[in-house]
Amino acid sequence: MSRLPKWLIALLTLALWRRGKAEGSEQEDGDGRIVPEGSADRRAESWVIALLFAAALCAAGFVVVYAADGLGNRTQLFGIALAVCFALIAVALIIVARHLIVTEHLEEDYPEPGGDPEEQEAVAEVIRESGSRFTRKKLLLAAGGTAAGAVSAAAAAPVLSLGPLLDTSRLQETPWHRGRGLVDDSGRALLADDIETETFYTAYPEGATEEEKDQIGAPLVVVRLDPSALRLPPERARWAPGGILAFSKICTHASCAVALYRKPLYAPTEPRPALVCPCHYSTFDPATGGQVIFGPAGRPLPQLPLTVDGGLLRAGGPFSAGVGPGWWGVRRKRSI
Amino acid sequence: MRARVYTLVALLAASLVLVSLARGQSPVGIVRPASERGLGLRELGSQLFAGNCSTCHGIAGRGVYPPNAQQGTGNVRGLGPPLVGVGAQATDFYLRTGYMPLERADEQPSRHRVLFTEHEIRALVAYVASLHGGPPIPHPVPSAGRLSEGLQVFTQNCAGCHQVVAQGGVVTGAKVPSLTPATTTQIAEAVRIGPYLMPQFSAKQISPRELDSLIAYVKRSQHPDDRGGWGIGNIGPVPEGMVTWLIAAVALVATCMAIGERAKR
Amino acid sequence: MLRKAVTFLDERSGAAPLLKKGLRYVFPDHWSFLLGEVALYAFIVLVGTGIYLTLFFEPSLAKTTYHGVYAPLQGARMSEAYRSVVDISFTHKAGLVIRQTHHWAANVFVAAIVMHVMRIFFTGAFRRPRELTWLVGVVMLFAALLEGYLGYSMVDDLLSGMGLAIGYGVATSIPFIGGNAALGIWGAPYPGAHTFESRLYIAHVLIFPVIIGGLIGLHLALVAARHHTQFKTSAKQTERRLHGVPSFPGQLPRSLGLLFAVAAVLFALGGLVQINPIWQWGPYKTALATNGAQPDWYLGWLIGALRLMPGFDVTVGSYTVVPNPFWGGILFPTIVLVALLFWPWVEKRLTGDRAWHNLLDRPRDSPRRTAFGVAFFFWVVIVFAAGTLDRSTVFFGLSYNLQVWIFRGLVFVGPPVVYVITRRFCVALQRAEEVEAVREAAEAEVEAAAVTS
Repeated sequence: MSRLPKWLIALLTLALWRRGKAEGSEQEDGDGRIVPEGSADRRAESWVIALLFAAALCAAGFVVVYAADGLGNRTQLFGIALAVCFALIAVALIIVARHLIVTEHLEEDYPEPGGDPEEQEAVAEVIRESGSRFTRKKLLLAAGGTAAGAVSAAAAAPVLSLGPLLDTSRLQETPWHRGRGLVDDSGRALLADDIETETFYTAYPEGATEEEKDQIGAPLVVVRLDPSALRLPPERARWAPGGILAFSKICTHASCAVALYRKPLYAPTEPRPALVCPCHYSTFDPATGGQVIFGPAGRPLPQLPLTVDGGLLRAGGPFSAGVGPGWWGVRRKRSI
Repeated sequence: MRARVYTLVALLAASLVLVSLARGQSPVGIVRPASERGLGLRELGSQLFAGNCSTCHGIAGRGVYPPNAQQGTGNVRGLGPPLVGVGAQATDFYLRTGYMPLERADEQPSRHRVLFTEHEIRALVAYVASLHGGPPIPHPVPSAGRLSEGLQVFTQNCAGCHQVVAQGGVVTGAKVPSLTPATTTQIAEAVRIGPYLMPQFSAKQISPRELDSLIAYVKRSQHPDDRGGWGIGNIGPVPEGMVTWLIAAVALVATCMAIGERAKR
Repeated sequence: MLRKAVTFLDERSGAAPLLKKGLRYVFPDHWSFLLGEVALYAFIVLVGTGIYLTLFFEPSLAKTTYHGVYAPLQGARMSEAYRSVVDISFTHKAGLVIRQTHHWAANVFVAAIVMHVMRIFFTGAFRRPRELTWLVGVVMLFAALLEGYLGYSMVDDLLSGMGLAIGYGVATSIPFIGGNAALGIWGAPYPGAHTFESRLYIAHVLIFPVIIGGLIGLHLALVAARHHTQFKTSAKQTERRLHGVPSFPGQLPRSLGLLFAVAAVLFALGGLVQINPIWQWGPYKTALATNGAQPDWYLGWLIGALRLMPGFDVTVGSYTVVPNPFWGGILFPTIVLVALLFWPWVEKRLTGDRAWHNLLDRPRDSPRRTAFGVAFFFWVVIVFAAGTLDRSTVFFGLSYNLQVWIFRGLVFVGPPVVYVITRRFCVALQRAEEVEAVREAAEAEVEAAAVTS
């Protein structure tokens, strides 16, 4: 790594130095020309002229399309006009290169291997010798380094204003707490009796604003299974009244919405019910409390305990675990 | 370089073989009464049902469950749900989409050539509807729906599986069909039935008016507004990447070869 | 007249010697040397179309209700950012063709860089004294990937929102600092503070373009300082002396021709082939998702890696150490980046070849490098292909789960097999050449004998 600055300096000086040195291997022709003379090719010339005029016509076509009203497929016409225009210019230029430009091949020396040792030494020397008046180099370097570090730190400190960088507690927040009602997208309360098996619902916290509904901890996916089919951990025995289960709708893998619910019409020949994320196809089993049965997710889908209060669905407490994608502070189980 | 090309070709060939193996059409023909004339609609339905459906769906549509799997016509291992209460709605859907009859009881029903004649379908629908009643064939009115409401209902409930322009997709364990060939009636039926792994949406969840809107949106997505030009499937980046490499990159490499020197050996 | 202009310039800048040198700079000729130029010209189109788009794009997450011309979105709630892009596509004349050209140019830009990098790699052009040029190029490739991601992410349509969600998940998955880093970038837990959109915007339209532009300048300066490499196609081309066409007049019309050809292809695609029809995807909400959501092609290898990983987090007790997206989203691209960055030095260590190289290898001339390169490329391509398995399931009907397992196997089995095959292939080509040379020599001898007798 320490070689890098030296290299840069060396390259820079060399590039600058070379400029002064001049002299490629350019030989002049007998008649004093630099570029040798070639014969005319009127046919090719005519083509180039025709192509350039045609290109101009296409560009004008673009303007016409822009100005004209009531045209359909304007985007296509624009594209065709510009593409044909550029293509014609390209062809004209290629004809120029092929037929109208003197074909000459030059030779030139590559830079000497190893660069220019004298100059390299000179650069090092200049830097070395310029420091002859300094007596306490190490201390000076330390002081300079300290100043540079402190200034960088001062310059970097406002980075903390970008977000709650040091305070990760907000990553743990969700709007769900005991007693908060479940509502659908349009704000209607979800009634336990209305929740059917064989389908899924997206639910939000009661009273949440448009913006709050977009928070990662807000959306739920609610499904209902036959209570006899549930295989919940024992401590969650009372979390699913009437077989109604609520999970965070945000995948524990990479925070996409778990927007797929598959449920068999005829269980003996079809896969069992599952919630699936369409980003990387993590598949969660609602019957076991959101365990991962396929795909890359490393944690179960967090479950929200439910209660029924006067027919309305309400949260019975916070989520079983941290919602959203994995991070260093996320826990598989709620630490209460 | 060339080794990579060979590997790719071999991979492609292997996958094509697998695909063709996976895609057999039902070899089993339809079992028909000697003469369909002179039979009443329900009677014809009953005979067709006995010949073509009862192996899996059981006598009088009572269903067949695992321990009782039976060998039926064409060596089909019978196993299937009861048709009690499914009514005309489901029968019409499964027959007109060619979902039924299935070749194997455990395969996912998918759109096929319809094997029954129009008359036979009506007979079977009448027969199954007469078994235990059930919902009739729906008659949605998409023109009464609102497109924007349809898009909203669709993204909320359907896009996760069917893709937002209804081009189909995948869920672990099954394929999700594209809705491009679906008719108005079939969409309405499927929403209420929930075929195979699809959820079943009742009128409580998606009201008849929302259903009209939903159908209006799906019908629109069958001819989406491709004002950008060639729609390349309306599924986003995968075909876009293919165009980038197979059209743009090829064209530009060809241009480079036209401009620059090619190998002189 | 011409002379006067030159004099005017030279008197005031002393540029004449430099100009003369520049005009007569020698370009060795081979079509594959033009791939880097394709990338450069795609970048020029990107900047041009991009400036136009900034005049109409509104980088704001403030919510609004749509009342434009596109019926399915009538009355839908959406951000100003998304609304402004729908308007660019529908109401601003020539807005859609510019937007689509911009997007296609991004796709082609990265494709051209990838082809260019492969040309450089397989011909050994990165060897001493051009390691710095290579380093800058690789950094540019990764900067281009990020720049593209920022671009389609700031539109706030359904696909871009899902992409950002994944980006957030990948950011939080960095061990020990992930949660903090994500909070810093997004300004708040997902979907983040309103300022996040401003950050995306300034990064996409200023910071990254300036970085890429600066690196392009450095890249070209380094190339010019050490001159182009060349193939040995004639006796005139040696390690010490290069042979080719002068930049003026020889190379200029070709390069300009290529610039216009690139623009022609991009505008043809921009007008005729639809890309990212955001009006069809609809606006994004955290709770929404669509099937078959993919990133643009150049990030396909990352979604492939995320999808292929088996599901586990590394935990100690109930403490999460490494969340799953880290493997595919951070570790895998880091491995690819580091491998590319340091390859010149790795190769020096492996072969002991520290000499200056101005002449290029043909791929067969260095079987081990070629085999490694093809195997490495194959490895990335397998992962890349895994990112499209959901779509191939739709088209070919193979079970998604089965395919995932096949690809998990291929990732390990494929590269070694490809390495062995490629190496043998290169060696066989070399042998064939040796045999051919011996045969030619023998024939020449016979002919010479026939002449003398």
